[in-house]
Amino acid sequence: MAIKSLEELRELRKSLQNTLKQRESAVGQNDQIELLVGMGTCGIAAGARDTYQALMDVTHQRGLDNVRIISVGCIGSCTMEPTVEIHMPGREALIYGKITKKRVAQLVDDVLINNGYLDDNLLIKSFQKAVT
Amino acid sequence: MTERMTILVCGGTGCIALESNEIIAALKEKLADVGLTEEIRIIRTGCFGFCGQGPIIKLQPDNITYVQVGVEDVNEIVDEHIVKGRIVERLLYVNPRTEELVKTSEEMDFYKKEYRIALRNLGLINPEDILEYIAMKGYEALAVCLNERTPEDVVQLIKDSKLRGRGGGGFSTGLKWELTAREESDEKYIICNADEGDPGAFMDRSILEGDPHSVLEAMAIGGYATGANIGIVYIRAEYPLAYKRLQIALSQAREYGFLGKNIFDSGFDFDVEIRLGAGAFVCGEETALINSVMGRRGEPTKKPPYPSVSGFRGKPTSVNNVETLANIVPILLNGPEWFSSIGTDTSKGTKVFALAGKINNVGLVEVPMGTTLREIIFDIGGGIIGGKEFKAVQTGGPSGGVITKEDLDTPIDYESLKAIGSMMGSGGMIVLDEDDDMVELAKFYLDFTQDESCGKCTPCRVGTKRLHEILDRLTRMEGSPEDLDLLEDLSYNIKYSALCGLGQTAPNPVLSTMKYFRSEYDAYAYRTKRIAFKIIEDKCIGCTKCARVCPVACIEGSPKRPHVIDEADCIACGACYDACPVDAIERP
Amino acid sequence: MDKEHLNMRSLDVGKLAALNNYISDLSDPEGSLINILHRAQDLFGYIPINLQLHIARKLKIGAAKVNGVVSFYSYFTQEKTGRHVVSVCMGTACYVKGAEKVLHAMLDELGATKGKATDDGQFTIRDVRCVGACGLAPVVTVGEKVYDNVTVDDVKRILDEYRGEKRGH
Repeated sequence: MAIKSLEELRELRKSLQNTLKQRESAVGQNDQIELLVGMGTCGIAAGARDTYQALMDVTHQRGLDNVRIISVGCIGSCTMEPTVEIHMPGREALIYGKITKKRVAQLVDDVLINNGYLDDNLLIKSFQKAVT
Repeated sequence: MTERMTILVCGGTGCIALESNEIIAALKEKLADVGLTEEIRIIRTGCFGFCGQGPIIKLQPDNITYVQVGVEDVNEIVDEHIVKGRIVERLLYVNPRTEELVKTSEEMDFYKKEYRIALRNLGLINPEDILEYIAMKGYEALAVCLNERTPEDVVQLIKDSKLRGRGGGGFSTGLKWELTAREESDEKYIICNADEGDPGAFMDRSILEGDPHSVLEAMAIGGYATGANIGIVYIRAEYPLAYKRLQIALSQAREYGFLGKNIFDSGFDFDVEIRLGAGAFVCGEETALINSVMGRRGEPTKKPPYPSVSGFRGKPTSVNNVETLANIVPILLNGPEWFSSIGTDTSKGTKVFALAGKINNVGLVEVPMGTTLREIIFDIGGGIIGGKEFKAVQTGGPSGGVITKEDLDTPIDYESLKAIGSMMGSGGMIVLDEDDDMVELAKFYLDFTQDESCGKCTPCRVGTKRLHEILDRLTRMEGSPEDLDLLEDLSYNIKYSALCGLGQTAPNPVLSTMKYFRSEYDAYAYRTKRIAFKIIEDKCIGCTKCARVCPVACIEGSPKRPHVIDEADCIACGACYDACPVDAIERP
Repeated sequence: MDKEHLNMRSLDVGKLAALNNYISDLSDPEGSLINILHRAQDLFGYIPINLQLHIARKLKIGAAKVNGVVSFYSYFTQEKTGRHVVSVCMGTACYVKGAEKVLHAMLDELGATKGKATDDGQFTIRDVRCVGACGLAPVVTVGEKVYDNVTVDDVKRILDEYRGEKRGH
C-alpha cells in the first residue's frame, strides 16, 4: 500500500484527523477514552508493562468498551514513571505519575468511571511544543 | 464530579520540603471546620515546575494559581476565595518585568521556559504505529522536498535555519550536508549517530524510543539533499528497546513506500540499515564510528580527509546525531525563519538536556538556546535534593567540565559554555551538591576515559592512564603537592597532542575542577583532608571487634552498645570495615 | 595457549548451525563482523577463542582481526559468565548517587571479583556504562529485571532472590 504522492498522503492524514484532534487539543472529542502509557526504558523499568496489562484487564473487567490503551514514548519525567495520560470526552487531559499496577484499579474507578481525580501525583504539563 | 472546586497542591519534592504536606493537612482541617469537606477536593500533584515560587497551589475551575503559600495562609484562602469567591491578591505571582499580578499559570513566564521541537511527539504518539506519525504530518516534509524542491534548495533551507550539530561539536548541519553534496561520487552515505556514549545523557534513546519515524524521515531528506541512497543508523547495543522500535518503524516506512525505490514517484531511491555498536565511547567520534560501522575496531583516523570526502567505504558520508535529525522535519514544515527566530545570535533553536544527579526532577528538558542554567536547574529541575547546597553542574560528559554557582546566570549556547570552560556536548547535565568530592569526580571521569581510550595515539593511551594514577594517588592520601603541577602539565600535553576529540578533551574534567575547586586538590595533596570510616549506629551490635583491630585505637564504645569512630584520628586503613560482622561500617 | 581453547568440538553444534545460517544470509559478512559477534554472544553467552576462530574461518579473515574487534569493545566478553549476570550501572548519574558503594557491597557479599564468575558459577558481577535510566539511579539489572534506587542495604535482598532459585533447580 505504497503512497505515491503528497495528495495521497494528505488524504490519509485527513482520514486520521478524528483520533488526531483528541490527541492534539488533548480534549476528548468523541466518546472514546484514550490512555497513553509511557513506555520508554525508564517507564518499563519502573513497571509500565505491568501497568499496561493491568489497564487492559481492569477496563475489560469493568466492561468499558470505549477505551483505547496506547503505548507511547516517555514525556521525560523520569522520577514520575510509570506515567499515564488520560483523554476523556469533555475533560481536560490529565497525566498521572507513579501509576504502578497496584494503582490501576483505583485509577479506572475514580477517574474513568466516576469522572473524578486521584488524590496524588497529578502531573502538570509545563512545556509548550512546536506545532507543525 | 460532585465537588464544586478542586485545590491542586504541588507535591513536587521541592514543595514538600517547603511544607506542602502541612498545607494539605491544614486545608483539610479548615475545610472540615467550615463544613466544606464534601464540596472541595484536594489533590497533591507532581511538580509544577516553578519551584522558586513554591509551594504552589492552584484552584480549579477558577484557574487561579497562588505562589509561596504558607500554612498560615490557609485560613485566608478558604475564607476569602473558597467561601466568598474573592481572590487573595497578595498570594498571586507578580510578573517581575511588568510588575503586574498574574492569576493563571498559563500567563506565567515559566510555562514558556520549555519548548519542545526535537521532543515534540514524545509521549503523544505510539512509536510503533506509523499512522499516528502520519497524523502528525509525518512524511509530508519528505514528500514536499522530493516533489517541489531541488537538493540544493533543501541544503539552503537547512543552512538558513542555522541548525548546528547537537552531538557535541556544534558544526553547521547545512554546511555539513553541502560539503557532502558537492562531492562527485557514484555512492554516498548518510549515517545517524545513535551511539550515545556520554554516561548520563539519554535524549537520543528517548527520541528513538518515542518518535523513530521523525529520525528516519530526516535521514531520507538528508539523503536526498546530499545525494546519498543509503542511510545507516549506528546504535548502541545497550539500547535494545530503541533498536526494536527502529526496526518496526523501518519496516512500516518501507511498507508505505517512504523508504525504498522511487519514493513518492520522484525517482529517488533511499533505504536505511541498522548497525549495532558494542560499547566504545570513542565511536562517538565520526571517523571512529565509520570504522566501527564497517565492522572494524572503532579507532579514529586523521582528518583530513573528512568523512564528507572519504567516509564509509571510502565514499562521501555525512554523520548526523539523532537530536540534530529530529529538528529537520519541523524546520522544513515551519520554515527556517521560524527556527532561527528561536535561540541566541550564534546558536539557534532549542537544546535537549538530560538532568540527573542530585536534582529533584530528573528527566529530559528542552529549552531555547539562551536559557540560563539557573532556570534549568532551579525552575524546571526543581532544585537540589534534600534542600542541600548547589555545588556545580557537570556538562559535556567526560569531555566537558564543571560550572559553578558564579556562572549559573550564563545564557547557555555553544560559545558561552566554552567560554566558562565547559562545553555543550550531547546535553548531559549532572547536578552536584555540597557532598560531592570534585577530585573523586575527576577521577571517575578519567577512569572512564582511560578505559575507553582506543589506544591508537600515545598521549591519550598513556596520558589518561597516568592522569588517573595521579588522581588515585591523591585520593588515597598518598600524593604530594608536586602531583598538582604534574597533573596540570600532563593535562595540557594531552590536550594539544592527542589524535582525536576524545583524547584532546579527556583532561577537561581535571582542568576544570582544578580551576574552580583548587582547595579540594590542595587538601589531598597536602594531606589535610579528613577521611574517616563511620559506624552506622542502628546496625552496630557492640561486639567490640572493630575496636580491637583498630591500629590507632580511635574506636570507642562499651560492649553491646553502638561504637563510635573518632574521625580526627582515623587513618582510614579499613581494618574495622573488614572486621565488622554486621556491615555496620561505612567506607569514606 | 592451552590446546583446549582451540578445541572446535567443544562448541555446541546446534548453536553453531544457527550462527552459520545467520552469516550465510548476510550480503556483506566482513563488514557485518560486529553484528555477527552480537549474534554469537546472544547464542553462546560469551565469545571464547575457539568460537572467534570459527568465525574467522567462516569469513575468511585472520583470527587476529576477529580477536582485535572482540577485545576492543566492552560489550563483548571472552569469559564464561555466571548463570545470573548482575550489572551495576556506573553512569555518572548512578555514580554520584552511590553506585560504587553498591558495586563493592555486591562483590563483598559474594566474595567475588568484578567481571569473573563466582566459583559456584551462579553469578557474574560487572559494572556497565550508562543504561540510560538515570531517573532511577542507582540502577542494577539482573538479566531483564531492573532494580531502581538501589542502596547498600538492598544488595543482600536482591542477590537472595536469585540464590533461592538455585535450590529450585
